[in-house]
Amino acid sequence: MKRLFLLGLLILATASTYAGGYRVSLQGQRSLAMGHTGVAVVNNAELAFFNPAGLVYLENKINAAVGVSAVFSDVVWQNEQYGEFARTDSPVGTPFYAYFSYKLSDKFTLGFAAYTPYGSSVEWPTDWAGSHLINNIDLKAIYVQALASYKISDKLSVGAGPIYVNGSVNFNRNLSRNLTDLEGNRSNVTVEAKGVHAFGWSAGLMYSPIDSLRIGVNYRSEITMKAEDGSADFMNVPNSPLTPFNDTTFDAELPLPAELTVGLSYQLNEKWLFAFDYNRTFWDTYESLDLDFADPNIPDSKNPRNYKNSSIYRLGLQYTANETFQLRAGYYFDQSPVQSGYFAPETPRNDSNNFTGGLSINVTDKVAIDAAFLYSRFEEVDESYDYYQENGQNVSFGGTYKSSAFVPGLGVTIKI
Amino acid sequence: MMKKYFILSGILALGLVSCEPELENSIEDEGFYSNGEADFSNYVALGNSLTAGYADGALYLSGQKNSYPSILAAKFALAQDTEEFMQPYVSDDFGGLLYSGQPIAATRYVLSVDANGNPMPVRYSATPTTEVTAKVEGPFNNMGVPGAKSYHLVAPGYGSVAGVAAGTANPYFARFASSESTTVLADALAQNPTFFTLWIGNNDVLGFATSGGAGEYQLNNTDFATYGENDITDPNAFAFVYDQIVQNLAANAEGVLINIPNVSSIPFFKVVPVNPIPLDAATAGALNAQFGAYNTMILPGLVQAGVITQAEADSRKITFSEGAGNFVTLVDEDLTPLASILMGEPFNLDAQTAGLLSQLRQANSGDLIPLTAASFIGTTVNNNPMLVNGVSVPLGDQYVLTSGEQEMIADATVKYNAAIAGVAQAYGLGMVDANALLDQLGNSGISMDGVSVNSTFVTGGAFSLDGVHLTPRGYAVIANAIISEINETYDASVPRANIGEYPTVTLDQGVQ
Repeated sequence: MKRLFLLGLLILATASTYAGGYRVSLQGQRSLAMGHTGVAVVNNAELAFFNPAGLVYLENKINAAVGVSAVFSDVVWQNEQYGEFARTDSPVGTPFYAYFSYKLSDKFTLGFAAYTPYGSSVEWPTDWAGSHLINNIDLKAIYVQALASYKISDKLSVGAGPIYVNGSVNFNRNLSRNLTDLEGNRSNVTVEAKGVHAFGWSAGLMYSPIDSLRIGVNYRSEITMKAEDGSADFMNVPNSPLTPFNDTTFDAELPLPAELTVGLSYQLNEKWLFAFDYNRTFWDTYESLDLDFADPNIPDSKNPRNYKNSSIYRLGLQYTANETFQLRAGYYFDQSPVQSGYFAPETPRNDSNNFTGGLSINVTDKVAIDAAFLYSRFEEVDESYDYYQENGQNVSFGGTYKSSAFVPGLGVTIKI
Repeated sequence: MMKKYFILSGILALGLVSCEPELENSIEDEGFYSNGEADFSNYVALGNSLTAGYADGALYLSGQKNSYPSILAAKFALAQDTEEFMQPYVSDDFGGLLYSGQPIAATRYVLSVDANGNPMPVRYSATPTTEVTAKVEGPFNNMGVPGAKSYHLVAPGYGSVAGVAAGTANPYFARFASSESTTVLADALAQNPTFFTLWIGNNDVLGFATSGGAGEYQLNNTDFATYGENDITDPNAFAFVYDQIVQNLAANAEGVLINIPNVSSIPFFKVVPVNPIPLDAATAGALNAQFGAYNTMILPGLVQAGVITQAEADSRKITFSEGAGNFVTLVDEDLTPLASILMGEPFNLDAQTAGLLSQLRQANSGDLIPLTAASFIGTTVNNNPMLVNGVSVPLGDQYVLTSGEQEMIADATVKYNAAIAGVAQAYGLGMVDANALLDQLGNSGISMDGVSVNSTFVTGGAFSLDGVHLTPRGYAVIANAIISEINETYDASVPRANIGEYPTVTLDQGVQ
């Protein structure tokens, strides 16, 4: 029976996405199944991500939750005026999480978390019409966090911990819309930075005014990833002193924005749990993606992004059918941080409606299997990126975009 | 429970199906664009180098891939199911041809930076690898043959490999002609084209123009066999041949005709000014002393004797001044030949001087200097500083297109274009005014798709480094003009090319 279900999930492993920008909201199968709510839900060790204040309310001494998702996301683009068409063939993303908590005393719990809240993996056909903006990108960031959760009273708790981030990026685009070498091969550059690391923190608070109601607040700080001495590898550049593109190193900064979540959960009765989360992501820190090349002859690459702060509204339901099964469903509306005119094909996301579902199967008292899926529905959009410059002139690149995302995921919850 | 799993799996599978993003109105859907009354299913292009995708003084692979027929065929394929567009690709991106292993056409120009840091068009240093005798198997939708004139399209044997050596056939056509005796038109018709473009006639004047007028205007001579390589085709003969070609093509196909641009719109005649000679005071003084007697005594004497008119005498005066901007000197074959007169009484000049002065004049602002003179003017003969080409040694006929020669070209071009317009109307075909389009590129330029394109040599984006042929971007401009004409004439909706995506001149240091 379980095998059948797993098989079903694997077969499904062939389709599409993400949250706005390069945020990937897949930090727990139970939470995801409920619309990725969780700031005020005490369910399992996923709290390490959603609200460390709640870890202290977990009943068992040791709690663990690990899982992985398979992100199938694709984008299709066309420009009617020129009859140009392209479809991404992006590799399957596999964001994961691993959370542990250990109850030291009734009032004090320690925790550990590793998760991947930011990432982007987009692969357009090489030399497609927008190849001067992007051919492909692979952006990864792993968060590792130590946590402490403290119960001030039976109604109120706090939790917090430092975050260590390790990330990498690999990005390729053509140098212009038309530069080629003698053989007509398009000139392009691959920039790569590995082992980029930085620190941040998160903190949360949970309050339960009555037994059936919990209220939560969680804040995760902004972390700026500074890539230093990354490699810039120029390919197919004409053999000429008029094109100064020799391999060099570069510095760049990419912000992983701060996120504030407030929410509540309400236990309607023994069977039904309702949750609502509101996320505010402070994307306005992402003004521009600038590459500062070490070689002074190579002009620095300025790519205005001008993201705006965005909100996500999340709803989730959990139904406890019996001792073995818990079923979940959810919905969230994800507002894109991308402003009109800044619609770059590296993260071509507009507002999305997201539908989630899933279940947990308690295999034993100690072990449960958690499964979830996410389907993101993006409206078709006519948009453009208007800030690419050629010979000092802005050249717009646009068309009709449509993206979709399908994310099945599996996890395990352990409580000892 | 079991049932529940199945239901859940079913829901998930449904999700999967709807996951591949599909646009509501995808351009890949049938009927998004329309071929209208035209049938693009088998498009065949006829023409010369411009149709073949020739650029930078050579036919090379990436140039062919960006030929305007190739650009058009890709857009046609969006409007209708079409057959694959086949081109007779050469072997490399260097350009040039071999005939039995011997180079017979030079490699392409690339923009190369010289020792002083100046970007200059220079021939790419490589041995061509495209062997004329190694025939490629057709049929080919792009029947553009570099060098072809109007009447060559119907000339049997124009694709004869043996004829190439004899100088009676075209090496480019010999590579892909279906037989030794076939014609370009016959090979085109054999494919049963459903749609065609025809851009022919440029070389009927261009050879004369680029050779600096080293040929004849074959007015009223309809015997093509007697024409030289640099002659201007008789307009009536052109009209006859052109009509014959179109009549055959239009019998079972729709199409678009493209007319002939004025040669004055190409950078080939705009790069070298007619007055490029800088002189210091001493040299200018010495030259003026040298020509003093010619200006003040010989020319007035000849007018007095009734040998030449006052107007001709004025045009023949040679004067230099200190500074930049001295006009070149040239031999003008339209001037009265004076050698024998000057050798006789009362001038008694020696044969060499009389020969120099015979048809000598200084250029004026009505003359055009071909690009090929750029590396010649100012050089010396036998390293003799007194024998400077273009100054003390007049330029030969091939280095100046005089206003008289320009008039012959303009006359022929106007008549060819009148014939083309008449034929287009007679057969109900589309016609693209390439003449007006290239004039526009030469004057204000064209701005679209985030780029400005004009005819300025090297930097304008439209013309390749030979100053005559277009760049891929220039060919995309032509393709768009043809698409506009097709959409209008045949009520079609074919999308156009984004010209900003097409390359212009190529930079490379792979030169000697």
